[in-house]
Amino acid sequence: MSTAAAPAPSPAAFELPHVQPGRSLWQDAWARLRRNRLAILCGGLLVAIVLFCFLGPWLTGWNPTETNLALKATPPGTVEIRPDGSGGKHWMGTDPLGRDILTRIMRGGQVSLMVGLVATGVALLIGVGYGATAGYLGGRWDMGMMRFVDVLYALPFMIFVILLTTMFGKSMLLIFLAIGAVEWLTMARIVRAQVQVLVRQEFVEAARSLGLSTPAILIRHIIPNVLGPVIVYSTLTVPAVMLLEAALSFLGLGVQPPDSSWGTLINDGAENLETSPWLLLYPAAFFSATLFCLNFVGDGLRDALDVRASKD
Amino acid sequence: MSTVLDVQDLKVSFHTRNGVVRAVDGVSFKVEKGKTTGIVGESGSGKSVTCYSLLGLVPMPPGRIEGGSAKFGDVDLLKLSEKELQRIRGSRISMIFQDPMTSLNPWLRVGTQVAEPLRLHEGLSKSEAWKRAVEALREVGIPDPEKRIHQYPHEFSGGMRQRVMIAMALITRPELLIADEPTTALDVTIQKQVLDLIRDLQKRLGIAVVFITHDLAVVSEVCDYVNVMYAGRLVEASPVQELFARPRHAYTQALMRSIPALQRKGEPLYTIPGLPPDLANLPSGCAFRPRQTPERQALCLTDRQPPLVEVSPGHWAQDCPGCLIRD
Repeated sequence: MSTAAAPAPSPAAFELPHVQPGRSLWQDAWARLRRNRLAILCGGLLVAIVLFCFLGPWLTGWNPTETNLALKATPPGTVEIRPDGSGGKHWMGTDPLGRDILTRIMRGGQVSLMVGLVATGVALLIGVGYGATAGYLGGRWDMGMMRFVDVLYALPFMIFVILLTTMFGKSMLLIFLAIGAVEWLTMARIVRAQVQVLVRQEFVEAARSLGLSTPAILIRHIIPNVLGPVIVYSTLTVPAVMLLEAALSFLGLGVQPPDSSWGTLINDGAENLETSPWLLLYPAAFFSATLFCLNFVGDGLRDALDVRASKD
Repeated sequence: MSTVLDVQDLKVSFHTRNGVVRAVDGVSFKVEKGKTTGIVGESGSGKSVTCYSLLGLVPMPPGRIEGGSAKFGDVDLLKLSEKELQRIRGSRISMIFQDPMTSLNPWLRVGTQVAEPLRLHEGLSKSEAWKRAVEALREVGIPDPEKRIHQYPHEFSGGMRQRVMIAMALITRPELLIADEPTTALDVTIQKQVLDLIRDLQKRLGIAVVFITHDLAVVSEVCDYVNVMYAGRLVEASPVQELFARPRHAYTQALMRSIPALQRKGEPLYTIPGLPPDLANLPSGCAFRPRQTPERQALCLTDRQPPLVEVSPGHWAQDCPGCLIRD
């Protein structure tokens, strides 16, 4: 707010009035988003969770895969002193193999957040580009492109992933690819439907009559108009992707032990729910907090990008 | 008087599942610098398609330009590539549309949209273009343009939006403005203001205007020359006073009889019986025949389409014995 230069009462009052070129859609959206406290709070929390996961392991001092069979599933706050005198507190306890839960949550968060954000990003990029093109071109192009999407839709996801892993071996990259390859399909359909409606609007015709080229119309006039639904769908995709990763890991196709992700941690925790509930409680808390924040940030973004919903 | 646009024998058809629709079938007209040429007709008479095809805005397929030429300066618009047309659209020929509520992008500030043709065709910097946009908005009578330019379309009324569209169309000082029913969606008082505005700007800037409308009252107000279209063809073309003084074709006369303001109070409004013909299978011969009164219907051509003849100097009408009324 303080950065926006107020038009100073200038002595050159008789010159042509200085016209401030308008802020872009993004600057505008940012200004509106800043006023949405809940979204900003959740955004801050998300950043904190990301930093926590990626920087935290250096601070706790524990190795997420180091086992200690003397401390099986100890409750939060247990103090471990190694024979050499080093050690510290297990703030969130240990798992049945004596590994520090807090550090494992951080390590697992790295994997889950990466999968969630990268796969959604890939889905977003391909889905929006593909859907917008199909919707804009229409006719035979649309037919061909959407039938291709239908064919991919019909492929059973699990068989697809099993096929990939047997052919290329298990790797993180493959999970990104496989999930991205599935998630973009729905995105493409949503965007295509939206674009089909928009293309029939007169302002697209008007843009053509101004001499804009097809890519320019898509980028300037069509895609900003579909951002609302796209953003909401993306915030729904991130949790879906994280759950998919958890399911894959559960089947032994995703993250391999002793490595962890939030999905695998929650699975392990659910098995030990009766004896040591903190194994489920802490990873689940992080997982839900992340999804919660994503939803509010998504809502906030949608409102910020809708020029009609919130007036200046 | 220099001719800005010279359309000769334009033919546009749509190839659909239900056959070939001849939307425009051999239309010729000229547009003079500083003059307004009207194209009048019912819905589906081909008046909009005529103009869209000039700018390459007819979707192809299913649309197809079957023949003719449209000389604009020294180029034939119908023979240009999409790239070449893009350079002409919005810089030398601009267009305004029927519905100002939907022809502005709701997501972009008015200033961004008005400045867009300048940025695109003249490569101006953003601040330069915005300065010119403020001037353009002032020119079309938008009060307080420095403030309004930062607003979004939904903060403008219908009439104001149409003014914005006009500012946007004229900001590059085009040689030709195509106005596709620009006042149809506005209420009558606003309609008058917008018509006055278009006429004023045209006089001041000396541009040529093609004015598409179905409203004869509007025609009498703004046009210098009128083309009456029916079923994809011109049925009558004349200077405006001449047309209103002596309409020669039965269709033009019927149109004039349908103007509500000219009818006597208390009587049922006159309407032309029947519907415009299906352009996918036109009757051979006079297209207006099915809607004629029985005694005249018998006189209409049935074997061939009536050609245009010059009835009096500058006044052309379709030469159908049933429809053409000579002195």
